[in-house]
Amino acid sequence: MLVAGVDVGSLTVKAVILKDGEVAATTTLITGDDAATAARTAINEALKSLAERGVSATLDSLDYVVATGVGRKEVAFAHEVKTDVRCDAVGARHLFPSVRTVVDIGAESCKVIRLSKKGRVEDFTANDKCASGTGMFLDTLAKVIGVGVEKLGELSLKAKEPAKISSMCVVFAESEVISYIHKKTPVEDIIAGVHESISNRIFGMMNRVGIEKDVALVGGVARNVGVVRALEARAGENILVPEAPQIAGALGAALIAAKACEGGA
Amino acid sequence: MIAHYGYADGSGEYYLIVDTDRCDGCGRCVEVCPNDILELAPDDYGKTVVRVKDEFVNSIGYICPACKRRDERCESVCEHAALSYTW
Repeated sequence: MLVAGVDVGSLTVKAVILKDGEVAATTTLITGDDAATAARTAINEALKSLAERGVSATLDSLDYVVATGVGRKEVAFAHEVKTDVRCDAVGARHLFPSVRTVVDIGAESCKVIRLSKKGRVEDFTANDKCASGTGMFLDTLAKVIGVGVEKLGELSLKAKEPAKISSMCVVFAESEVISYIHKKTPVEDIIAGVHESISNRIFGMMNRVGIEKDVALVGGVARNVGVVRALEARAGENILVPEAPQIAGALGAALIAAKACEGGA
Repeated sequence: MIAHYGYADGSGEYYLIVDTDRCDGCGRCVEVCPNDILELAPDDYGKTVVRVKDEFVNSIGYICPACKRRDERCESVCEHAALSYTW
């Protein structure tokens, strides 16, 4: 049985292919301006890497495809679409069976989902209205600071005294960051301040739905260790981060696809 | 399931909160909404319940507080107390 989950995010498309319930291939690529084509390409790329290992299949021969993410409705070839909330929940729960609170920080949105003991969604909230608490916030401020976004995490761990960023709005936060640069504040401290600002925002959302242990962080921003540490400090909880946090939603979609197949068979 | 539709921004928290376990999908709230922002749709577990239409989730703060002065609001007409709000 070969099924796929595809998560069409605002910045990247993620595809996960499961072969008999096990992850067989994953891909991540930039969404660009055509979500439908990007989703198709992502799955085809994953199939290509599968073919190199002797499993040949085409998009049409997949048993079931579930689409999720902000662009999920564009994926015409999907058998089913599921909300990102549900897919994040299923994906995170598969990676960490003990998880009760899932935080997803993506490029242009963030979500907090609280699960029951059995993994059912009990409460959720999402923000895709404003850039605070998203990857774009980091991206914008990294450009101002003049550091690659992938280096932020490591640098921030060297901070001695995080700078205080009081603005929630990225436009105002940007001018605060510029003032710190003018004041010759160490760049590590500024970055740590930016991470604290994000974690404050996310912590507010976590409180709205209520925090239950264990807490997992998924989505591309989870690769930034500085954000993980800042959120741990703010929430006073240890936070679980999977090896490939950005594919959690696509993995959830693929798991739902596998289940749909079993049910139908 | 509790579903928070809306957002928090610099000016405050704007969430319309649906308790999908209480909602029986009767649609009274959908009928009374003067701005037509609500709809009935199946949730992720297949139960038909009220939700905020996607295109309005990010403008709740501009639309919904105006209903505070109305007697018939989505939340006040609900017999099951399935709806609440934060403004």
